[in-house]
Parts: sequence; C-alpha cells; structure tokens
Amino acid sequence: MAYLQRKAVDYLARGLCVTATVVAIIPLVSVLYYVARAGVGGLSWDFFTNLPAPVGETGGGMKNAIVGTLILVGLACSFGIPLGVLAGIYLSEFGDSKFGRAVRFAADVMSGVPSIAVGIFAYTLIVLSMRRFSALAGGFALGVLMLPTITRTTEELLRLVPATLREAALALGVPKWKVILRIVLVTAAPGIATGVMLAVARVAGETAPLLFTALGTRLWSTALDQPIGALSVQIYTYAVSGYDDWHRQASAAALVLVALVLVLNIGARITFRARGESR
Amino acid sequence: MSTARFRQSRPMQSVGRGSGEQRATEMSDANEKMRAEGLRLYFGKFAAIKGVTLPIVAEKVTAIIGPSGCGKSTFIRSLNRMHELVPGANIEGRVLLDGADIYAPGMDPVRLRRRVGMVFQKPNPFPTMSIRENVLAGLRLNRIPFGDAHDVAERVLKKVALWDEVKDVLDRSGASLSGGQQQRLCIARAIALEPEVLLMDEPCSALDPIATAKVEELIHELADRYTIAIVTHSMQQAARVSDYTAFFYLGELVEYSDTNSLFTKPNDSRTEDYITGRFG
Repeated sequence: MAYLQRKAVDYLARGLCVTATVVAIIPLVSVLYYVARAGVGGLSWDFFTNLPAPVGETGGGMKNAIVGTLILVGLACSFGIPLGVLAGIYLSEFGDSKFGRAVRFAADVMSGVPSIAVGIFAYTLIVLSMRRFSALAGGFALGVLMLPTITRTTEELLRLVPATLREAALALGVPKWKVILRIVLVTAAPGIATGVMLAVARVAGETAPLLFTALGTRLWSTALDQPIGALSVQIYTYAVSGYDDWHRQASAAALVLVALVLVLNIGARITFRARGESR
Repeated sequence: MSTARFRQSRPMQSVGRGSGEQRATEMSDANEKMRAEGLRLYFGKFAAIKGVTLPIVAEKVTAIIGPSGCGKSTFIRSLNRMHELVPGANIEGRVLLDGADIYAPGMDPVRLRRRVGMVFQKPNPFPTMSIRENVLAGLRLNRIPFGDAHDVAERVLKKVALWDEVKDVLDRSGASLSGGQQQRLCIARAIALEPEVLLMDEPCSALDPIATAKVEELIHELADRYTIAIVTHSMQQAARVSDYTAFFYLGELVEYSDTNSLFTKPNDSRTEDYITGRFG
C-alpha cells in the first residue's frame, strides 16, 4: 500500500516534469521548424552573392545585409567582450567593495533595459554628434547590450573557480595578476566563452536598436561611418512590405540569421571544449 | 649568526636526533631555518595565534599537531604569508627566515613564496594543465629558465616517486590521476621551484591509508634536502614522519620538543591529555 502510493506519487511528479518540459520545448521547436520551412524556399546562391534587386523587380539577394550583420556584431564584440570580461574580472577578484556592489547592481539593471532604449542612447551619443547614421553607432548599441550579460557571466564563472587553485598558484610565488590571467581565467574560459556566445547570439538578432543607428541600406557598404545593412533590419523591412518575393526573402534571411547564430555557438563550444575537456 | 637575536628562551629542549654529527661547538640556533618570535595573528578582533615562539630546524621535519581550531593551519600559513589572502588578517611579532624577518617592509611575499613552498590539504593540480605542465607550472609562470621540459619533469617526478606511474601519460590532465597521485604531483610542483622550506597543511587528510603511506615515505626522503613543516591532525603521522613536534592548543604553543620525547614523556598535562586521546 505504502509502496504503491510512493510509486504513484513518483510517477505523477515525474510525469508533470516531463509534460512541462515538452510544453516548453514546443514553441522552440516550432519556431525553428517554421523558420526552416518558410526560409528554405527563398535560399539560393544568388541570395548570398547578390545585392537587393531594385524595388519592383524580383530576385536579388542579401549579401549586403549578411556582411553588415557580421560587421555590426564584430564591432560590438571588439569592445563589448574585452570590456565585459575585464569588468567581470574586477567584480569577481576585487569587487567586494561599495563600488563593486554598485557596479554589480548597475549591470543587473542594465541587462533589463529594453534594447530600444539602448538604441536611443547610441542615437543621442553617436548619431547626433556624427550627424549621420553609421555602422559605428549600430555596433556601439549592440556592444552596450552585450556588456551586462558578459560582465555578470564572467564574474559568476570566475567565482566558480575553486579557491584552492588560486592558493596553489599563489603558493608557487606567482603574482596575483598572473594567477588571475593564467590560472583563474584559463580555467573558467570554456564557460565564459559560452556566456559570450549567448550574448553575441542575443544581439545578432536585435532589430530595434539598429533602426535609428545603423539604419540599414539596400546598397553595398562596409564603411564604418556610413549606414550599413543588417539582416534583422532587412527582415523587418521586407516582412512588412507588400511583395510576395520580399516575404519569401525575409523568411530566407531569418533562416540565415538563425543558422549564423547556431554556427557561431557550436564553433565556440568546440573551440573551447578542446581545451577545457582535457580533464 | 648572532646568538643575541635568539636570546629569548627557546622552548623546551630541542636535541636533534643524530646530533652526534653536528658541529658540537655551534649553537643549534644556527640550524634554525625559520623561527617565529612572539607571533600573534588576528582575524579582525579574533586572536588566532596568541604569542608563539617556535623554531623550524633546517633539513628536519617539524610536525605541528593539535585539535581543530588550535591555529596550527593559520600558523603554518603565516610562515609564507598565505594567511594574508584572508581579509582582515593582522600579524604581530616576527617570523625569521635565515635570520631575516619575512614581515619586514622590504620583503616581497611573492618572492618569499618561491623560497617557502606549500602543499595543501586537498590535492589541487591545475585542471587545465597536463601532468607535465603541472610540474613545470611554477617555473613557467615565474619565467624561471629551465632546460628541457621533459628532463625537468622526469627529474622532479622521480623525486616524488611518481615517475613510474605517470611516465606514459604525461600529457593527460593532472586531474585524471588518483587522489594520492595528485597530491604527489602537487608536491612535485612545489619542489620543482627548489624551495628552501616546504610547508604541508594536512597533506594526507584527503588520502586513503596506502596513498598516505606513500606520501609519508616521500616526506621522509625529502627531509634530506628540504626543511619541512607539516600540520597534521594525526598523532601517529606526526610520530612517524617528524623529528620535532609542536603541540598547539587554543592558539598557543603548549609544548615543543623532539618528537620522541614529546610522545613518550610530555612535560605539559594538556599535551599528555591530547596524545593519550582524552580530548581533541
């Protein structure tokens, strides 16, 4: 009796967990499925190698937007990653102060700020002072968006590195800065890389902060001080248009964007696993 | 070396075993590699060590025993300033290494730790490094030139009697070894820097009896060349590996003498109570 009761409760609880997991996965899988099904038809070699066709004509591609997204993400990473990782190191190794707590709080608040607000910040700071929309402004907005995530994950992961490893290195007569760089940071690197990739993946698909910073363009441009195309902006523009051909291309662009993020993610995982998993 | 520096009363008798070979005319003070003098250590307002004067004799093993919380680990950490990692730690008194105060303003704790190495309670090889790299870690990180990596690793690993067990897996992670092997790897990592003193903070407390026996044997061999201070909560271990033993209780040094005398005819009733198992 008691045995059957325990069994029954076990099955019930486990069943609930499994159900909840399945329900949670359904939207994820269906998004991927829908994007893939809708997008695959619009994919062709031209899509990757051609510029958008003039309005009214069918065909053309999104070469400019694909390259634009890569440039924007690259710009964002170029200052978002070092700044975020360094701030994370500060918080984890020296952050037990009033200032440290304030920075931590600010980072937490910042990660909740709507991305469009960050876009307005970049617009005010860079677009207005440069008097034009530019890749630089877009990259800046994305980088700012990455900062809190990278800072906090770096901090958390550095804190996970056992104190015994720091002790071991310090007892070998290694200066603290070298202990942090060569032991602590290296030990936490795989985790930090994953955190960074999540941040990159998140900003790669951002649209709102780019609308009035990078602006988007149908022309080929890689100049950092000029408006630049971006997949997310192009998807937005095409999806709200009235042309069937553009709708098809928007779907294809969405698929490319998802694939891009996936490739970045898997690539980073493989790169850093090779080193971290010699354990 | 001036004896005046050490004129403070030396605790108990400290006649080294096999002292027959010692130059009889020289004070045994000259054989003190390290010496704590009136050492007091506070964490905030809490006094962890309350005035300890204790020599660490050169090329001998000094064991520090005592019940949990008696300050023995704190004491050994103060010998290479590792306790400074704890915020709020404060020290009074002196710790001499070859007669020079390691707390003097000009003394760099980083350089000090290259001379006074440490092995910890839990084996802590660097998980991102191979076995070979673990051995060489101190040399590499400190940019100390060494010859061929493989030769150095072989020489050091032979010293800790680990070579035969790991010679075919030098590229594997240090974390892949068993606990006892990891601890010997950590000892190898410490002695690769050729420290003058080796501090061991309960090096066997996480090991099984066989691994413990191996590490103890190793301590015995290392004592030929290194000055060793070992904290242990096992009295049997202290009796097995050490030449001198110090008994700490509630932050004070109760008794210090050669290991034999301390265990056979302790002077203090607290020592006797502890070693006969009446408390602790």
